[in-house]
Formats: sequence, C-alpha cells, structure tokens
Amino acid sequence: MHACHSCVGRNLIDVKDTLKRFRIKCGMTKVRMELKEKIVSSYVAFENDIDINSEIHDIRTEALQNFEKLGFPTKKLEAWKYTSLNSVLKNDFSIFPNKENSIQFADVKKYFIHDIDTYKVVFIDGKYSSFLSDVTHDGKDICLMSSALSKSKYKAVIENYFNKIAKQDNLTSLNTAFANEGAYICIPKNIEVEKTIQIINFTTGNDIATMIQPRNLIVVEENAHVQIIERHQSLTENAVLTYVVTEVFAARNATIDYYKIQNDKDNSSLVDNTYIEQKTNSEVSVHTFSFGGNITRNNLNFYQRGEHINSILKGITIIEGKQHVDHHTLVHHIEPNCESHQDYKGIFDERSTGVFNGKIVVEKEAQKTNAYQQNNNVLVSDKSTINAKPQLEIFADDVKCSHGCTIGQLDSDALFYMQQRGIPKKEGKALLMYAFANTVLESVKIPEVKSRITKLIATKLGVNIGFDL
Amino acid sequence: MLKINNLHASIDNKSILKGLNLEVKAGEVHAIMGPNGAGKSTLANIIAGKDGYEVTEGNIELNGEDLSELAPEERAHNGVFLSFQYPVEIPGVSETNFIKTAINETRKAKGLEDMPAKEMLKMIREKSELLEIDRKFLSRSLNEGFSGGEKKRNEVFQMAMLEPKLAILDETDSGLDIDALRIVANGVNKLKSKDNAVIVITHYQRLLEYIVPDFVHVLYDGRIVKTGDASLALELEAKGYDWIKKELV
Repeated sequence: MHACHSCVGRNLIDVKDTLKRFRIKCGMTKVRMELKEKIVSSYVAFENDIDINSEIHDIRTEALQNFEKLGFPTKKLEAWKYTSLNSVLKNDFSIFPNKENSIQFADVKKYFIHDIDTYKVVFIDGKYSSFLSDVTHDGKDICLMSSALSKSKYKAVIENYFNKIAKQDNLTSLNTAFANEGAYICIPKNIEVEKTIQIINFTTGNDIATMIQPRNLIVVEENAHVQIIERHQSLTENAVLTYVVTEVFAARNATIDYYKIQNDKDNSSLVDNTYIEQKTNSEVSVHTFSFGGNITRNNLNFYQRGEHINSILKGITIIEGKQHVDHHTLVHHIEPNCESHQDYKGIFDERSTGVFNGKIVVEKEAQKTNAYQQNNNVLVSDKSTINAKPQLEIFADDVKCSHGCTIGQLDSDALFYMQQRGIPKKEGKALLMYAFANTVLESVKIPEVKSRITKLIATKLGVNIGFDL
Repeated sequence: MLKINNLHASIDNKSILKGLNLEVKAGEVHAIMGPNGAGKSTLANIIAGKDGYEVTEGNIELNGEDLSELAPEERAHNGVFLSFQYPVEIPGVSETNFIKTAINETRKAKGLEDMPAKEMLKMIREKSELLEIDRKFLSRSLNEGFSGGEKKRNEVFQMAMLEPKLAILDETDSGLDIDALRIVANGVNKLKSKDNAVIVITHYQRLLEYIVPDFVHVLYDGRIVKTGDASLALELEAKGYDWIKKELV
C-alpha cells in the first residue's frame, strides 16, 4: 500500500516536470510567433515607403510568403542543429527604426580602417549616412541599394542579378521581403578599383532592441578587381539582430578580395548570408574574422559556374564568455578544372561554442577539381565546445579533395618552453594562439587590414606584444 | 648562487628525488652525471619550475630566494636558463620574434624599457656569429624542421642572448657531431664569467673535455652519491656506474 503511494507520488512529479518543460517550449514558440507576426504585419507599413508597383516588389512579396510559411529557423532543422536563436528572438525588436540618428565621425573612427583612403558606404540603424560615406559614380557605381532598386539606369543590372543566387531559406527570404537598403557595387569591365571599399552598418542602440536587414549586391564584371571590407557594429550594449544578405557576382577573370570583420558588442547577433557566383578564371577570397558579438552565424556559399575558378574561404574565430560563432560554408563545384581552398581556425575559451559545417559538392561534370578544406580548433577551456562537420559530396571520379579537422588544446610543452625563456604564461599562450591562426592572416592582401586584425587579436587575448617582427 | 637542500620530489606519486643536496657558487661549472632514470632531467625541470612535479620536502634557493613559489617565467627573470634535452618546435613563431619577446618580457619584469631594435639586431648578429648560426635560421619558425644538432646550437644561442646567471645544460651534447659539440662548448665557455654558473647534465665525459667542470657529481637513485673533480668523469667513463652502485651497498 505504502509502496504504491510513493509510486503514484513520483508519477505526479514526473507529470509536473513534463508540464513545466512543455510550458517553456510553448513560451519559446510563442515568442517566435509574436516576432514573426509583428514582422509580417509591419510589411504594410514598409510598403508605404517603397514603390510597390515594381517587379522587385513581386519578389519581395513572394519572399514574405515564404518566410511566413517557414518562420524562424529552429534547432529541428539540420542546418541549425547547433545554433539556437531563441535567446535573441525573445527581444522586443523595433523593426524599422525610422528615426534619423547621427553619429560623429570621431566617435566611430576606430571602426574604420582609417589609415588608408577608401570608399565608404555607411548606414546608421539601416539608414544611409551621407555624412560618413564616400560613394562614387565615376566610372563605376559604389552607392546605395535603394537607388539601384528604384532608378531606371540600374534596371538591367538589377534584373540580371538581384535575388538570382540567394537561397529561398527562412532568413534569406525574410531579408528579401524587406530588401531596400544596403550597398550596391557595380564595377565595369577592366576596372581595377584603386581604393578599398568599406561597407559599415552602425546601430546606435537608441531603441532597446534593433533589428536590421541590409541587402548588398556586388557585381564585378570581366577582368575587374575590387577589395571590400564589411563590418557590422553596434555602439551600445542594447540588443541587435542583423540578418544581412550579400550577393556577389564575379565575371570572367574578375578578382574580389572580401574581408568581414566581426567584432561586435556582446549583445549583438549577426546572421550573414553571402552568396557568390564565379565565372571562368575568376578568383574570389573571403576572410572572416570573428572575435565579438553574441551569436554569429555565417552562411557562405560559393557557386562555380565556369572553369579554372579559384575560391578561397578563410576564417579566424577567437571567442570567450558565452559567445557563439557558426560557420556554414558551401562550395559547389559545377564545372571542371576549378579549385577551392578553405582554412578555418577557431580558438574557444570559457563557455564559448563554435560550429564549423563545411560542405563541398563536386558535380559529375566537375572533373579535375582540387578542393581543400582545413578546420583546426583549440579549446582553451574545458567548458568550451566546438561542433565540426566536414561534408563532402563527390560525384566526379578524377578529383583531389582533402579535408582535415582537428580539435586540441594548446601544447603545454611549448608553453613551458616559452615561460622558461621568460615569456609569461598569458603572453606565451597568446603567441601560440596567434601562430596557430596565422596561416589565415598570411593571405590577407591589404597590409592595414592585416595589422588591424593583429591588433584586434592582441586586444582580444589581453596582451600587448607585437606578433610579427 | 644555487642552494638545494634535502630535496625530495615525486611525479604521479612516484618518488624521484630522495634527499638531494647541491650548492653551486658563482663562477663554477658543475657536471651532473648518472645512469638513466637517476633523476637528472627531473632535477633540471624542477629548478626551472615545470608543472607536474611535487616537491615533498626540502627547498631550492637562488641567491637566497626560495624558488618554490615562483612561476617558470619568474625564475627565468631571476636568471635561470634551461637548455632543453628536447627543444620544442613552435610552428608560426619565428626565432627572432621569440627571442625578442623573451628579452623584452624579461626587461619588463625588471622595470626596464624594451631593448632598442638596433641594439637587438647587433646582439643577434654577434651571438649568432659566436655560435656559427646561419642567420636565415633566425627568420624560420622556432626549431621547426631543425636537426637535432641545430636545435641544441639554437638553445645555446638563446642562452647567449638571455645572459642567464644559472645555465643548466640538459644533455646538450646528445645529437651533436664533434664539430657542433666544439662550437657549442666554445660558446658556453665564452659566456662563462665569475658572476654566472653552469650545470652540465650529461651521460658522457666527451662534453667535459671541452667544458671543464670544477665539480663532478654522480646522481644515483635520487641523490648525489659521489662528488669529485674532473677526474671523476674520466673514471666513470672508464669503469661505468656499477662500481659506485657496489660502493653504496
């Protein structure tokens, strides 16, 4: 009798527990629903400010329907298994900050690579800042997406390239639905852009929580060359969620060097969706430096449509606290005789978490492909985590594909060796970490970017030593 | 300079040093010899402050200061240098950057400014000539792909750069051919002065022909069981260690 009672009792507790968990789950679903509904219902307000009779708007409306159907990604999706946006989505975001916010250059100078002359396309809370920008129409267009989408002289380019390679997934669709502002870069044939272009999105934090959705389009025509730096920077500790979509087209013989500097405040999250299409003999490199932010998700996709293409994907991630950085890469080898090189280094301290999911697809026609992928990680703390997943799908039979993935700790013998020579533990660790990540920095072509990243790494590791002599 | 009193130490609860006493004065060269497993490298590591060893009794003093609470880098700042038996390869860190960081961190600990670049370069040039080191080595990653002999020569080069008070050479002769041995020994001899001291740990008498010790100690089973002058090394070379073991029984 007694035994039976206790049995019933335990069952009751189990039921209570389940209910509690169920409520938490419902709560989260509710948060997602609320934000989704808020976004969808704000679409009408968004339509007030744009031309709703254009073909672009049909694309937007279709994308909105797609997002309505898909909703925000959840961990149930394979691609989002290790990255949860739950903690971010519970913020009460103001969706279209419509106040004109201004900032002084002196206050934000440090976020620019300011020791070289550059073109600048700068946005504050999603709105263009002519004051901080330096755009051009002189022989090339380095300007605004909003003008490109509305003015007739850009119509042909927009028709050919806008939303042509962006996936129809949830967050890309959401971005497309509200696509209006961002950087528009179009470099004609044979032009070597003499100055680097900086695309910077500042958020002022004047709202408790800000959501922005920049949309960039970069078209580099035959034999043209351009270097681009992209940065998203919050100026306060208020919550920010940025989901940016960038479409990049490299025509025959084009060269693009793209640098993404991700060193945002602790409460800012970023979902970066970059889609790159390359034609014959083109070379595109993307370096992603992830040191800051709350949750950072990089979806970097390369599509090789031509022969003798080279795609370079590199990244350094150094995070701590509860930071999370997720690199999802895709290189799609479609035609023969192309190369791709991936090298991602990650250093994870405290309770930080990392994800690397590198997918290489080699189509049957893509013979003589040379695809290389390397992902090395150091877990500095025993509380940090990395989920690494190389994914190779190879349908051709005459290819060279290699991938390597390592997860380890700092070499304690090397550390003792350095200490024995008088280098304190912290500096020794920093030197080892810098040396570990250095293979990624070697291919950075702009010296000022290289030295800035080196300084950011030193700051991040809390040391004051020059790494390179 | 160095005073080791009744040192007992263990690793993973296995007792290695069992009451070791040693005193080294400035200007002296001491050789420590002994069979494998006697505790020679353990002694070197403990003086340098490597993790993983537990000192259960006794202490080590350097110029009157107890070393036990000091981190390895603090011991280095106080003038302790260990030439490693197996120098570590550190890919991505160049020799030059490494030595520059080591010197400037040591200076920082003493409240000094960084060494001016010009002075640093001059010193690198002089010391690399002393040890007949090809300067192109200095821009390569630390010890990476170096031969055994190159690594050892590089250790002595770093010693020359850091100018320690107490240098411990842990089997610096292993892996060296006769020419390299002479160069390394020559380097050590030139760095010797009345203000510093050297402890040479070796299996063989060979190195001691070039670096002549004032004292030779035999380390056996965690203790120094016999001390003599340079002739003891010759005797050990001729007779091996068995006779000492027998003497102890």
